[in-house]
Amino acid sequence: MISPRYHREIPQRYRLEAGRCADCGEIHFPPRAVCRKCGARESTTVVLPNRGKVVTCTVVDIPPAEFDDQKPYVNAIVELENGVRLTCMVAEAPPDAVDIGTEVELIFRRLRCGREWEVLQYGYKARVV
Amino acid sequence: MRDVAVIGMGITKFGELWRSPLRDLHAEAVADCLADAGIERRQVQSAWIGCMSSGLFNGQEHLASILTDYAGLAGIAATRVESACASGGAAFRAAWLEVASGASDYVLATGVEKMNDGADATYCLSTAADQEYEVYHGVTFPGLYAMIAKAHMHKWGTTREQLADVAVKNHRHGALNPKAQFPQEITRATVLGAVMVASPLGLFDCSPVSDGAAAVLLAPVEVARALGKPVVRILGSGHATDTIALHDRADVSRIPVVQAAARRAFAMAGVGPRDIDLVEVHDCFTIAELVCLEELGFFEPGKAAAATSAGETALGGRIPVNTSGGLKSKGHPVGATGIAQIAELYEQLTGKAGKRQVKDARRGLAQNMGGSGGSCTVHILEVSR
Ligand SMILES: [Zn+2]
Repeated sequence: MISPRYHREIPQRYRLEAGRCADCGEIHFPPRAVCRKCGARESTTVVLPNRGKVVTCTVVDIPPAEFDDQKPYVNAIVELENGVRLTCMVAEAPPDAVDIGTEVELIFRRLRCGREWEVLQYGYKARVV
Repeated sequence: MRDVAVIGMGITKFGELWRSPLRDLHAEAVADCLADAGIERRQVQSAWIGCMSSGLFNGQEHLASILTDYAGLAGIAATRVESACASGGAAFRAAWLEVASGASDYVLATGVEKMNDGADATYCLSTAADQEYEVYHGVTFPGLYAMIAKAHMHKWGTTREQLADVAVKNHRHGALNPKAQFPQEITRATVLGAVMVASPLGLFDCSPVSDGAAAVLLAPVEVARALGKPVVRILGSGHATDTIALHDRADVSRIPVVQAAARRAFAMAGVGPRDIDLVEVHDCFTIAELVCLEELGFFEPGKAAAATSAGETALGGRIPVNTSGGLKSKGHPVGATGIAQIAELYEQLTGKAGKRQVKDARRGLAQNMGGSGGSCTVHILEVSR
């Protein structure tokens, strides 16, 4: 992960900042330059709720090399209380504790160390409530 | 628009081909294709080259130049087409449009991927997902299809045994295909006993990491008729896109882009699923074959699994699916896959499929998909003698 790209995503990864369309109110995570629903180009910043439910999930046993130290880990699609969906890991739970419908909250965690010349990478993970 | 036909095909052996460089794999498929078509190199005007990720796999971009040169076609117009694992299908569609428009008469559609070249294939493939909002969180392609499988099982009661039957059937077909990477028959127990990759998908639910290339030549139907061979006409072409992130789609047990592309292809062809004699679908994972068959309209939602276990999609069944062995057994050099599917239909429709021949096959459908369903092409071919 090169640092300009990492830096740009910090408001979303650290603070769950989303965009709300100034015209139709559609919420985008991450924020978008153009509203997917109405095409408007103005939006305001809103912070996502951190509680939600698992829509679907898997236990990843064979990850890409940079996640090797965390295997096996749970990946899930989480639907937050306002209907926004995102993908994340579920931390601090045995794999069989996570299923469709499991209630979770988003927490701030280190996601991966990266290779030695790279920045440490942080963001949200989910935790079973 | 002009009617367009496929007039020849070439395909390399698929597998771990450590000694074959990207450029030669492609050249072999093109040479075989031109020989099959009976067309001289100098007659070829243009090429559309499907390849997902030569930059990451091989450190090589600018394929239009290097691959035409090494195929002995230096000087022709050429363009590399990328749409993840649907790159081949997208290249085929571009070639079809070029001939249909009247701009050119002899156009190659090729596909190639050399995945065994030292790079981390799991990472390279993951770039077909959302880099910042899926891959960043540890998502892999088996993981994405595992999440689709989990949702499909939850909604329809699909079982791991039924998923295994997809792999068993495709290996049975692939065992009849001399070009297949894994032409071995397997059993349900092999699939269910394999190491987990991303639950509920084990190693034998996943297509392999492959090297290979395929090529087909397109020409106007009048040209095809003059060759005195069966005419394999492109009856329908459908192409669609959807969100790249699985989490941005309303129902994660579905892959709606397949239905969108299929509707366009069927509308253009003026036929429906009942008029099709064989199907090549994008079985990158066992669950994908089932979901795609449902989205294409060959089965009601939730019904493809039981039909597969009952043998309906096997050779000799009601609607043979992936007679080539599919991505699972034949192999999945990603950029080559969409063209290899067309090549299989061409062989079947011209009666040259050997032991895997579908009797009296008249119409075939090929469905090629990118990512977790972010893009898809569907093509319908019909033979007339
Ligand atoms: Zn809007």
